Amino acid sequence: MSAPIVSLRDVSKSFASGTLALDRLQLDVGAGEFLTLLGPSGCGKSTALRLIADLLEPTSGAVDWRSGQRPELGFVFQEPTLMPWANVFDNIWLPLRLRRISRANAQKNIEEALSLVGLRDFANAYPRELSGGMKMRVSLARALVLEPAILLLDEPFAALDEITRLKLNDDVLRLQQELRMTVVFVTHSVYESVYLSSRICVFSARPGRVIETINIEAPGQRTTEFRHSQAYADYCRRASAALESTLAKATA
Amino acid sequence: MNDRLATWLLPLTVFILALTGWEALVVIKGIEPYILPAPSLIAKTIVNDWGVLAASLWVTLKMTFAAILLAIAGGAALAILFSQWKWVERSFFPFAVILQVTPIIAIAPLLLVYLEPNTAVLVCAFIVAFFPILANTALGLASADHNLVDLFDLYRASRWQQLLYLRLPSALPYFLGGIRIGGGLALIGAIVAELAAGASGQATGLAFRIVEAGYRLNIPRMFAALVLISLTGIAIFLFFSALSHVMLGRWHDSARTREQ
Repeated sequence: MSAPIVSLRDVSKSFASGTLALDRLQLDVGAGEFLTLLGPSGCGKSTALRLIADLLEPTSGAVDWRSGQRPELGFVFQEPTLMPWANVFDNIWLPLRLRRISRANAQKNIEEALSLVGLRDFANAYPRELSGGMKMRVSLARALVLEPAILLLDEPFAALDEITRLKLNDDVLRLQQELRMTVVFVTHSVYESVYLSSRICVFSARPGRVIETINIEAPGQRTTEFRHSQAYADYCRRASAALESTLAKATA
Repeated sequence: MNDRLATWLLPLTVFILALTGWEALVVIKGIEPYILPAPSLIAKTIVNDWGVLAASLWVTLKMTFAAILLAIAGGAALAILFSQWKWVERSFFPFAVILQVTPIIAIAPLLLVYLEPNTAVLVCAFIVAFFPILANTALGLASADHNLVDLFDLYRASRWQQLLYLRLPSALPYFLGGIRIGGGLALIGAIVAELAAGASGQATGLAFRIVEAGYRLNIPRMFAALVLISLTGIAIFLFFSALSHVMLGRWHDSARTREQ
């Protein structure tokens, strides 16, 4: 792993309901890596992502940025989270608009972001006129329009059909390589995590902690060929075994 | 028959049949106009008495629309203040509820003691129209998608930006729903206050014409004034429904037709 861009040091998070979501979590995110947080539902992986995004305050511990302050972030939620009253162009304009960049000045960036996700012809469409996969692409374009140093993805493809999910997995990989971004991806899918990641942190059941780290060393492009390889199957088996052990401990 | 045609044609047919039945009943039974006037006589009265009725209609319309405009401005402004400062909501919401739950017919005579009759009518219509706009808009402002709120926080949006780009558009369907309810209620408020004020012989709105015609046993004119009030209510409802459709047409489920 390269030098960490952000580190979670002994981070615990409990909510007003009394639920302890994370317990003394240690997590480093290396610059340029594709890190996946893999774990069962409710294990606190989304909470960890929101702590990185500064959407939640840790109850104890600290989130340390190498640069001393939080850099530009992109965030994609589980739902597309688009403004239904605004068309695709205006949805992607939002992060720039909040920086007081006019529509005209933002045009080039927005068109680039639309091209990256293959939606140039849909700038004037409204969210409800788009399919689930297209909405997610708009959400991705919005997250990319500020050219973030780190992209946070919170189970963005969980509600999509298999074919759309595979296509979006490839899109995210391509974008990460083209834009040389750091990506933190949350999922409960073993297959998705192995296909996409350079490193997987497997979380225990609640309260969440990293119980195993798996480095995915797969030289060359991640393609269908990789999905059919023995190495892929071995990594999936290892990640599944780690998940099963945490579930077994939780129910013991 | 296609669906669009049926939407208009079916109620229109039933309406015409009901009027024909009413007309036939009056003619066949020979009912006197001071007991039940026929629809044709009511229509004739509207035409013949148009001078008197139009002047009263104009008074009622002016009061109703002034009240709606004040209720829109007041309700929306107060809802925005509620959404921005919780202490404002806690301080003022109970008063809004008190005004809403106290029957306007009980408030009107009191207002007539303290205010000019026209002002009292306006205030009554405003009070009843104001609350649904306030309550709906406040609900809409508080109902912005939590993930979008998080997104605005992530991009460090100011409070003003969050209000302008997120909370106000989120509240628009609720606000328009509030106006649709408030618009009809403003007319009811104006009529109730005119009835109360009419007893003192000062106001000249349509409700006063009903009271006056009642004293003179001019039943056809009572019905004629009633028809004009109903038409005004329908026009207000249709206007705000059309406005809602235009403003929400492309993005909100309430204004879109389901694909078949």
